Amino acid sequence: MHDNSTVAVHDPALLHHFAEPQQQRDAASLGMWVFLATEVMFFGGLFCAYLVYRRWYFGDFAAASKSINMWLGATNTAVLICSSLTVVLAVWAAQTARRTLLIGSLVLTMLLGFAFLGIKGIEYRDKFVEHHVPGASFSFEHEEIPGHPGQYANPQHAQIFFSLYFVMTGLHALHMIIGLGIFLWLLIMAWKGRFTPEWHTPIEIGGLYWHFVDIVWIYLFPLLYLIDRHK
Amino acid sequence: MSAHSTSSPLKMYFAVFAALLVGTALTVFAARLDLGPLNAPVALGIATVKATLVALFFMHVWHASEKLTKLVVISALFFFLLLLGLTMSDYATRLWS
Repeated sequence: MHDNSTVAVHDPALLHHFAEPQQQRDAASLGMWVFLATEVMFFGGLFCAYLVYRRWYFGDFAAASKSINMWLGATNTAVLICSSLTVVLAVWAAQTARRTLLIGSLVLTMLLGFAFLGIKGIEYRDKFVEHHVPGASFSFEHEEIPGHPGQYANPQHAQIFFSLYFVMTGLHALHMIIGLGIFLWLLIMAWKGRFTPEWHTPIEIGGLYWHFVDIVWIYLFPLLYLIDRHK
Repeated sequence: MSAHSTSSPLKMYFAVFAALLVGTALTVFAARLDLGPLNAPVALGIATVKATLVALFFMHVWHASEKLTKLVVISALFFFLLLLGLTMSDYATRLWS
């Protein structure tokens, strides 16, 4: 009897190698942050390549950037920001045991993710139709450099812009597709009632991933869509 | 920390959400103004404010109970800026002689 009063009841959600639930949660999110640090390096190489070429071929990059529909990019930025809100709502719903809000937020996040990819698809389609996809059928002739009437962009240099555009947005879209897979799994787990206020680590970790992908887009949007738009 | 987690963070989430949407509108607006050499710094500045808001409040770095989380975030930024800084200082100074 005496022993029972001093030994805390073991939380079933707590793994044995952790001292307390807070430590377990901290360990999980720290691990995710280390992964995200490697993702910063992953995307960082592309951002670095982009900056080098943008500095060399600024006028060509501006002309190429202008050919992309910036309103599709702006809409997609807003779509991703909305999805980041639904993700924090999902985490909060899991923390406070609100099942309907949790499932609703996860479904909304996925719908916004699909909307993003759909809009991205429209944008890619435009680029295919205009022959702006790097490769044998690439064409970027007689495109004026913004602010320099009568001066045309070098198609080879513009092709480098579009290569970076497709690789960076493509890698970002791949992350979105993986994120949708993760959120489908979270939705199934939530539907089965696996998450409790004591244990909802996958929601938090999946949320960190989703927000990171949002941050990458926050930089991609001005860098790829908004070069010298005022000219 | 525990005092924070018991109070509802919803107001803060919606405030950050609104700030992110305003930031997006501001970026689009600023891109259409002629700011001379400042167009790119302004665009990147707004993006950095937005990214910081997401990291601090949506990803809970601000209230992270584990200090190591902040260390990982800062070291990721440090090495990214090291990559950009050293590379660009090379390319920016190649024509000096």
